[in-house]
Amino acid sequence: MSGVRLLVGTRKGAFILTADGARREWEVNGPLFGGWEMYHLNASPAAPDRIWASQTSGWFGQVVQRSDDDGSTWEPVGNDFAYEGEAGEHLWYDGTPRPWEFKRIWHFEPSPDDPDTVYAGAEDAALFQTTDGGKTWTELPALRTHESGPGWQPGAGGLCLHTIILDPANKGRIYAAISAAGAFRTDDGGKSWLPINRGLRSQGLPDEDAEVGHCVHRIAQHPSRPDVLFMQKHWDVMRSDDAGGTWREISGNLPTDFGFPIAVHAHEPETIYVVPITSDSEHYPPEGKLRVYRSTVGGDEWEPLTNGLPQANCYVNILRDSMAVDTLDPCGIYFGTTGGQVYGSADGGDTWTAIVRDLPPVLSVEVQVLP
Amino acid sequence: MIRVVLPAHLKNLARVGSEVQLDVAEPITQRGVLDALEARYPMLRGTIRDQRTGKRRAFIRFYACEEDLSNEEPDSPLPDEVAVGKEPFLVVGAMAGG
Repeated sequence: MSGVRLLVGTRKGAFILTADGARREWEVNGPLFGGWEMYHLNASPAAPDRIWASQTSGWFGQVVQRSDDDGSTWEPVGNDFAYEGEAGEHLWYDGTPRPWEFKRIWHFEPSPDDPDTVYAGAEDAALFQTTDGGKTWTELPALRTHESGPGWQPGAGGLCLHTIILDPANKGRIYAAISAAGAFRTDDGGKSWLPINRGLRSQGLPDEDAEVGHCVHRIAQHPSRPDVLFMQKHWDVMRSDDAGGTWREISGNLPTDFGFPIAVHAHEPETIYVVPITSDSEHYPPEGKLRVYRSTVGGDEWEPLTNGLPQANCYVNILRDSMAVDTLDPCGIYFGTTGGQVYGSADGGDTWTAIVRDLPPVLSVEVQVLP
Repeated sequence: MIRVVLPAHLKNLARVGSEVQLDVAEPITQRGVLDALEARYPMLRGTIRDQRTGKRRAFIRFYACEEDLSNEEPDSPLPDEVAVGKEPFLVVGAMAGG
């Protein structure tokens, strides 16, 4: 029977949660790298026993760990993330120029067909790549040096490149999203980038329709419909049907359209999930009720999913990289909270259980289906 | 032999015990000790000082002989007690946060 493995990054270490295909009984392993901030763990689709981990610390900086045996043993690999050329400046919170400075890796996106190639999203916002299994990392500088770059300002969490989507249908096409610069697309493997924010409106900007400056929290794509993108923005849930060329709002009947993660069902490309959060100043669910909202029609019409989730006194947040779907049938969906719970549903969101309840605050969740 | 004590997280990262002993060419300086440490344990590169500039990370301190040597010049000689192996060179994670 096939199984699943959750890779959970937390503020104080990493955890690996495993179950068989029924996804009822879970084994919890960890903490790995206890005490370190584990921003993201992600496995290689081309070599599923290879797992990458971003290990960071305010004291000791960035370490990259790689496992080639399903997380049993780990080796530190290269951790030198140097910006190409004269790094220049971006804008700081107060609007003054600030030199670009590497802080940490938020997200690893391994190549679907080469185990040694991985893309890494950094704070301050930049896209790095390794093609030698993590020994060396090289910036793809055209994104950071886009003409709009000197005007980028950090979101509250930092000037982070948090979303990387390698388009399954177009080899050179990559989507990247940066808080708070917005979404960008390359069609030539990173040599040039196009801002793809038309249709986004952000009330915090002097020009609400600005080409860049939007606080995009997360973008999701279904591999069978690569031109359809779903976005959870700071406020607003958005959809694009033309590879980011234009966006339209699909918040519909959501109780609030603020939130962080967004995910697409593995087998139903019009079924999407968000977790509404009260507001930009109250990062917890409305009314203390933890509700995942599902739309089965690609947005606008949403239903709350509450079975098994706390419906009183719940004041956690769900961060942008903390939701994942597996490819089993029925589709499994998982998310972690800042309260240390990891919830899972083995039936597309109809019912939920807490796989584990008392981890450190969860920063990221990824899922692998095992043979 | 130069003795170096690392903070707990870096001991775990480098998979070393309570103390590291290093052969370091004279003169014995902060830079020389850290160069030798990173040569033996490459996974420590970037965790104590910037890989490009060599600048000490903000929340790292260097102590020896009950003195804070963090802001000494990297090429200044370390105390004789460190140079002869009587006292360890301490790499410390600064007290900050929780």
